[in-house]
Amino acid sequence: MSVGLLTSVALAAGAAQAAGGHAVAAKPFILTEHLPILIVVIPLLAAALTAMLRNGRVAWAISLAVSWILPILAVMLILQVEEKGIISYALGGWAPPVGIEYRVDIVNAFVLLIVSVVGAIAMPYALRTVELDIDEPQRAWFYAIYLLALTGLLGMTITGDAFNIFVFMEVSSLAMYVMIAMGRDRRALIAAYQYLIMGTIGATFYVIGVGFLYVVTGSLNMADIALRIGPAFAESSPPVMAALAFIVVGISLKLALFPLHVWLPNAYAFAPKFATVFLAATATKVAVYILLRFYFSIFGSAISLTDLPITEMLLILSIAAMFIASVMAIYEDNIERMLAFSSVAQIGYITLGIALANKSGVAGSVVHLMNHAAMKAALFAAIGAILYRVGTARMSELGGIGRTMPLTMAAFVIGGLSIIGVPGTAGFISKWYLGVGAIEHGWWVVAFLIVASSLISIIYIGRFVEVAYFQPVSEASEKGSDPPFSMMLSIVVFTALTIYLGLDTAWSGQLAEKVAAVLVGGLAQ
Amino acid sequence: MSMFSPETLLVLSLAIPFAAALLIPVFHASPNMREAVTLTSAVLLLITVINLVPVVLAGGSPEALTFKIVDGVSLGLKLEPLGMLFMLVAATLWIINSIYSIGYMRGHDEPRQTSFYVCFAIAISSTMGLAMSKNLFTLFLFYEILTLSTYPLVTHKGNNEARNGGRVYLLILLSTSMLFLLPAIFITYGVTGTTEFTAGGILAGSNVTNGVIALLLALFAFGIGKAGLMPFHFWLPSAMVAPTPVSALLHAVAVVKAGVFTILKVVIYIFGIDTLRMSGQADWLIYFASFSLLAASVVALSQDNLKARLAYSTVSQLAYIVLGAALATTAAVQGGSMHIVMHAVGKITLFMCAGAIYVAHHKTEISDLDGIGRKMPFTMFAFFIASLSIIGLPPFGGVWSKWFLAVGALDAGHQFAVAVFMISSLLNVAYLMPIVMRAFFRPPKGAKPGEPIAIAEAPLFCVIPICMTAFGCLVLFFAADSIMDFIKLIDLKGPAASAAISQSADTIAQLTSGGVSNGR
Repeated sequence: MSVGLLTSVALAAGAAQAAGGHAVAAKPFILTEHLPILIVVIPLLAAALTAMLRNGRVAWAISLAVSWILPILAVMLILQVEEKGIISYALGGWAPPVGIEYRVDIVNAFVLLIVSVVGAIAMPYALRTVELDIDEPQRAWFYAIYLLALTGLLGMTITGDAFNIFVFMEVSSLAMYVMIAMGRDRRALIAAYQYLIMGTIGATFYVIGVGFLYVVTGSLNMADIALRIGPAFAESSPPVMAALAFIVVGISLKLALFPLHVWLPNAYAFAPKFATVFLAATATKVAVYILLRFYFSIFGSAISLTDLPITEMLLILSIAAMFIASVMAIYEDNIERMLAFSSVAQIGYITLGIALANKSGVAGSVVHLMNHAAMKAALFAAIGAILYRVGTARMSELGGIGRTMPLTMAAFVIGGLSIIGVPGTAGFISKWYLGVGAIEHGWWVVAFLIVASSLISIIYIGRFVEVAYFQPVSEASEKGSDPPFSMMLSIVVFTALTIYLGLDTAWSGQLAEKVAAVLVGGLAQ
Repeated sequence: MSMFSPETLLVLSLAIPFAAALLIPVFHASPNMREAVTLTSAVLLLITVINLVPVVLAGGSPEALTFKIVDGVSLGLKLEPLGMLFMLVAATLWIINSIYSIGYMRGHDEPRQTSFYVCFAIAISSTMGLAMSKNLFTLFLFYEILTLSTYPLVTHKGNNEARNGGRVYLLILLSTSMLFLLPAIFITYGVTGTTEFTAGGILAGSNVTNGVIALLLALFAFGIGKAGLMPFHFWLPSAMVAPTPVSALLHAVAVVKAGVFTILKVVIYIFGIDTLRMSGQADWLIYFASFSLLAASVVALSQDNLKARLAYSTVSQLAYIVLGAALATTAAVQGGSMHIVMHAVGKITLFMCAGAIYVAHHKTEISDLDGIGRKMPFTMFAFFIASLSIIGLPPFGGVWSKWFLAVGALDAGHQFAVAVFMISSLLNVAYLMPIVMRAFFRPPKGAKPGEPIAIAEAPLFCVIPICMTAFGCLVLFFAADSIMDFIKLIDLKGPAASAAISQSADTIAQLTSGGVSNGR
């Protein structure tokens, strides 16, 4: 627990302490050297600042400024990593493995980029929707909580300390429970409560797993654990297996791996519109990153994956997610819930790539983190715009909405095509990597299942497209018109990103391949 | 000589119709300007495409727009003779069809004409892209855009019938392509490490087993749903709810020909015809295509709706080309390539006639067409000529492609395929000629004997294009030789194979086909 306390001390002291530690005293403060801590501390301090405000607009402006600074930091981190290799940042000047280490390699730099870019693009969308969803006295708090969630997600991603992950996981999760509970719909409370129960179980399982690791390796630093776990496993495998089981199940709850997804549909459907867009595109992605880290960089680096009885489980659950969740999406009338089930199915693709555990497959998972974030954000933002104008997301009431909200529906169609995996959209690129990965693995049937499952999405996307364009304009749809500029901006950028990532993957694809090479390259034979 | 480099011309072929799609909505308020955009870009496109012909004749294969997407996946254009031929057909017929569209859409006072022309232009643009694809991935991209851009055209009417037709259309085309074609591309890439179209075939050099070849062929044959091979043909009759100009250009030319073009392209440049024929794995496809060919003709016999009958006729005619590809001899593949041209011109005429009848008299059923030839003599005479070409009678273009296909079947030692072609021709007579007979020899319903029947043709914008393409059927009979010369530019053997295999039976095949065209 001492390390956990250390975290809070370090966080409370913030950048000042980081900069003023022993090592730094000798040399001048150079901003770029402190990027790893800045990317966490900036949103944290901004959260504290906005929490003291009473004016929602000012809070929004601060959040916007912070959200736009963070991608710049993330890009700078990627460039630094590309140039110099892994960045190790000793928090408070305490050297790892005793002190907390922020460790940035290409893998988490990529995830930092996804999270921060989604936040940056989604922020303009917040202005109007938050005014509608949240009462004025609470608006500034809502932004404070959003910034805390952002802090938590970025912290989980950047830290190199297994226990520190737990701390940030709690920061982000608690913030998310609150964000969801602030939804206008009274069912938001139940949804948040459901998520709270499940999320807490997940976090508890995770920390139990970390406890086992600490017992067998005596370390909480992940790079250190990776070095020590091999001998520990050779000595006695049960505690390592127990750690693996607890950690994987715990994280699977967080990333909504089927059948641990039950919290997700309601949480997405009843949260405030901005929270839905932001969470759908980021929360599960960071959980996937943690899984990647533990699976490949820690357990896989020391122990041959064939000795770990997890590949088959991931494979079966992934395929079940791809099919069952997609079928459930077909029977949803509420489009937000439909998209939420679609998310569960898409997470199935991501975990499938992890199960493939070869370069193409993992590259598919990694690139899908980004691609799915873009397309699902576009879809949820479009539906949020419909909700904003019309007040309902029930398909049965939205006849002819394509006529009254043409741009919004065009964005939805493009996002939907990407879910289906039509070439020229981001979804196809992911599917290409996964398909090739499955073929390389010799699992031709799996390659077939990947494309077969995407056919189901034609049905649920197509169902809404037919309703929107072929039915006469309904009473509700008559109220519709494309949303205000600030919302449209986010929708258009997410949609454009969906197409851009499908056509020009010069950096996203190559980055994903590099990430996959790092992850798979470290595997024990 | 052209003022542009071949590379620029390739890009222009893609960009001109796409620019039209962007420009058409600007003139939403003034229909005349809007149609001027369509016609101008159609003419510009044809000029561009024609300017590429000398390049191909000189043996050039210009490339453009190549950029890597991910490992093994790059986007790129590369021109080769088969694609050139397809582009010529599509670009020429786009002009004619655009004139016809103006007559039809205005004569019929259709709603949402702007979006109609926009989608049409996108469909043409993707057809051009498909014809110029450098590799399977690019082809797949344009293949899917073609499906998606034609979906709004199929559902143009916006009623329940259109919605249901659109559902079948989209589901069949998307699901076959995703379920079979995409895995076929995965496997091709997995086995050979490339998806580039290469003369002689990329599977030729690699040591793939016959099992893989058989699997790939099945995945390609059924995955390319646009080729209409049974049992995945029924999207085509469903697509007939579209306005007739769509059925005419897209569902008799661009979309379905994109399907068979893809099949030919895969057989020539992915499998390599020698590899395919010698593997013996294509035999089942010969029987499958034969069945599709005859069965669709028989179904066509039973259809009373004129467009439905023509649709089934198309399914049958597409099977000719698939059969040619499956036979995988030089003459058969060349005959199949030629059939793309011959059938396109014939079938677009028939569809435009059906549309003209609908515009002028609102008749859709064949049983209602008594005496229509006396009211619409030009239209029905054109129908007669195009029918003869489809049946394969001289002096119309259709005879030549069937001839080469039959020669190809003999080369391959599949005499029964020749019988299939002949039976099919008889069936063509049986389902097309009664329409003509009924139109000219039966008096119109309700007409009093002896009373003169007034001529009531469709708008001039409809009739002129019909006469042009009917005349085209005649011209093609005499142009067959130069078309064949052009088709012979397709490198069926690849650089390495020409020496090794030329001793085999193929020389005989080539001699036979060469002798035929010389002796004509």
